Amino acid sequence: MKLGYFPGCSQTGTAKEYDISLRKVVEKLGASFDEIKDWTCCGATSAHVTNHLLANSLAMRNIMLAEQQGLDDLVAPCAACYNRLVLSQYETITHPEIKKEVEEVLETKLQKEIKVMNLIELFQKIGTEKITANRQVELKNMKVACYYGCLLVRPADITKFDDAEQPTSMENLVALTGAKPVDWNYKVECCGAAHTLARRDIVLDLSKKILDDAKEHGANVMVVACPMCHANLDMRQRAMKREYPDHKDFPVLYLTELLGLALGMNEKELGINLHTVEFNYKELPSEKAAV
Amino acid sequence: MKIGVFICHCGENIGRTVDCPRVAKACEWLPGVDVSLDYKYMCSDPGQNMIKDEIRKRKLDAIVVGSCSPHMHEKTFRKAAVDAGINPFLVEIANLREHCSWVHDDIDSSTDKAIDLVRMAVEKVKRNVPLTTIEVPVTKRTLVIGGGIAGIQAALDVANAGYEVVLVEKEPSIGGHMSQLSETFPTLDCSQCILTPRMVEVYQHPRIKLMTYSEVEKVEGFIGNFTVTIRKKARHIDEDKCTGCGLCITKCPTKKKAFNSFEEDLAYRPAVYVPFPQAVPNIPVIDETICMYYKNGKCGMCVKVCGREAIDFHQQDKIVTEEIGAIIVATGYKLYKIDKKPDDSPIKGYGEYGYGKYKDVVDGLQFERIASASGPTSGEFKRPSDGKEPKKVVFIQCVGSRDESKGFSYCSKICCMYTAKHAMLYKHKVHDGEAYVFYMDIRSGGKMYDEFVRRAIEEDGVKYIRGRVSRIYEKDGKYIVRGEDTIAGMPVEIDADMVVLATAMIAQQDASELAQTIGIPYDKYGFYNEAHPKLRPIESTTGGVFLAGACQSPKDIPESVAMASAAAAKALVLFGSDKLEREPVVAYVNESLCAGCFYCKKVCPYGAVEVKEVKDRNGVVYKEVAYVNTGLCQGCGTCTATCPSKSVELAGFNNEEIFAQIAAL
Repeated sequence: MKLGYFPGCSQTGTAKEYDISLRKVVEKLGASFDEIKDWTCCGATSAHVTNHLLANSLAMRNIMLAEQQGLDDLVAPCAACYNRLVLSQYETITHPEIKKEVEEVLETKLQKEIKVMNLIELFQKIGTEKITANRQVELKNMKVACYYGCLLVRPADITKFDDAEQPTSMENLVALTGAKPVDWNYKVECCGAAHTLARRDIVLDLSKKILDDAKEHGANVMVVACPMCHANLDMRQRAMKREYPDHKDFPVLYLTELLGLALGMNEKELGINLHTVEFNYKELPSEKAAV
Repeated sequence: MKIGVFICHCGENIGRTVDCPRVAKACEWLPGVDVSLDYKYMCSDPGQNMIKDEIRKRKLDAIVVGSCSPHMHEKTFRKAAVDAGINPFLVEIANLREHCSWVHDDIDSSTDKAIDLVRMAVEKVKRNVPLTTIEVPVTKRTLVIGGGIAGIQAALDVANAGYEVVLVEKEPSIGGHMSQLSETFPTLDCSQCILTPRMVEVYQHPRIKLMTYSEVEKVEGFIGNFTVTIRKKARHIDEDKCTGCGLCITKCPTKKKAFNSFEEDLAYRPAVYVPFPQAVPNIPVIDETICMYYKNGKCGMCVKVCGREAIDFHQQDKIVTEEIGAIIVATGYKLYKIDKKPDDSPIKGYGEYGYGKYKDVVDGLQFERIASASGPTSGEFKRPSDGKEPKKVVFIQCVGSRDESKGFSYCSKICCMYTAKHAMLYKHKVHDGEAYVFYMDIRSGGKMYDEFVRRAIEEDGVKYIRGRVSRIYEKDGKYIVRGEDTIAGMPVEIDADMVVLATAMIAQQDASELAQTIGIPYDKYGFYNEAHPKLRPIESTTGGVFLAGACQSPKDIPESVAMASAAAAKALVLFGSDKLEREPVVAYVNESLCAGCFYCKKVCPYGAVEVKEVKDRNGVVYKEVAYVNTGLCQGCGTCTATCPSKSVELAGFNNEEIFAQIAAL
């Protein structure tokens, strides 16, 4: 199975380990990526608050490239990229006048409706049975809080792959690894996103609430599918400790890293050692000891 | 043929943009026109007298009036023509106001157009045929569908005026939602106390035939002459024998098998039950789905204890037909539930409030039951999950209502008032409790309504927060309600013990099916449409069918009662004469031309086209043709346009008349 791949800027920088683990897991599951050649910014944050046409054109340029590369599907692992691509695609499909404008900017006609997939849809497409079949380690010591954040499932009418307020698709994937998803309250709350630079206080407050609620509901690890969320929830824990001295480290993994562990790869291979908060599966208390 | 033309200036309405004297002058020379005059106000007494005088003096056969829309004054001019001795259907109106002067500004061209319009009318009136009004008999009996407060009021009003009423209610008892309420705004008087006397009055009324646990299956016929088929569902208890002693209920071993829907699922009921103690009629119903007898043929405890041998496990549904003259639809509303809906449903649930999974997040009617002295908690405020008294209650208004993303754009109208009432009732009983209300706007229009809300805020100390709640979740037995205070511009979080949602009032689940059965239009939400939003709010567009209460749109008790009395008055107007007169503008079939394709039958929106057998002299059927029931026909002309052989014609608008009009252009 060959799938179009749009890494997005985070995968080449702050979320390098997301890229590493994603490629390894996908390969292990028997699929391969065809990276979009000459991909550009998806138009997130800066573009879509500045200029509507610019935002749509940036997003649609990448979709146009996928089309020219003869692809049918396009994977955008970053939740913000996914959101931008899906939204721009929706706008060009439903508004002929926007499509016309975008086509003028791109100097191309958009013909195909390429299926843009997020991380969860990707694994649903590859086939969840392949995860079960290739599983080498049962991650039974992990109690996982699945965190969706705000962009993955919203707007509900457009993303349409899961419930926007009470999603469960990530839990279903996590359960395949033998880990136990916990039921908790903050899975679709905002982490503060790009405020992390300008208003760190907001991000610390919001992100800490998310981590605390996960802990309170018995989780020992959090799983995310968004590089921005990961940056706020993992990288900001140092600042969190300075602000809230009682804060205890809480490991935050990418969904791909969790799957990688279940598929028999080690922490280093998956890039988990690049996280701020250290994580080692072997150091988790075993399920029996916990009881 | 001698035709008179009368051009009205309508003050300046027509006169400003149409040169009326020139129109009158030009029309003098039209073939067939004997006289052509203009006048400032043709609808005034002198104007009408002018028409009458000319008809008499010149022995006119027909007239054309160039004036406003026929909607306005056709009746006036027809009446004048009748007074002067000509058939009212030999009067034609050329609409020189709405179709000409109001929509144009150039005086020359609009005058030319006005002349054209009059010429067309003249050509039509030449071919008009005198018609006589149709008379249909009236059955002076009323069917009221729905036994809530609106249905009860309508039934009592019609019956007290001396006419028979058949009241059909699908539940085992009448009383509707009002019987579930604890107290009513803005006076805080007990709902049951004011309602039950009315219920008993209905039951004892000699002219009201009460049919509970029954549903309307079929409605045939037309205004004044409906035949209604009603299914009387099997109660499995003989209504004539049962005394309502209730022994079967207390002895029934299936104690907690089904949710009690009267208690809004906050309590249980056995297989044999009456919905509530004051039920009318006080005759139980056996629920086949949970009764042990229907499962394994055993038990029969109720049979053993019943001293009147009233239990009849083998009772079947009964089909009853009733002859009816007027129908009052008073089927009420349903309360929207926030649970998850199917993906394709236009209505969405509230995932952010937990899709109804939190036990202490209740809706308005559930809170009424908790507050009610006859409710599951005997009127003490106890929350459903653990029976503890809630010390902090959050009320959220506009749940569903006014939220396009959830599938509703309308305001449910009563929630602002009942939320204030709820908060007040709570504060009156739990003095150390805190009540918070999240609102978007407070819409408390009505006599003493705004004063009532102010009382909740000022005297009872209910805290009103303007803003929406974005999420509710459970934490350590509390419900964290997170929202926004838009006046303070701050997010707020309240750790409540209980949350009450003022969810939207929606149409009954089977509202559209019933509308199709009766043949009345409804909107996209399933509420029934009135004939005119301002001037005919009680009538449906189907003759003889009237609307009362919340089946038309969300309403409170006083409005429902007022509408019910108005609907009763409308039915009584119908019964004011023995025969109904109606316009003869109906379709008729030329049977010798009709090929019997019945396209007309398929397209008729009123079901007025029937199949008629044509027999030869030996009584053998040799063909089938279409036949128009003039009682049902509304004269829309759809059949005329559809007929491939032009064998259906509309009286007053036949092909010859219409083509002559077109040819005159």
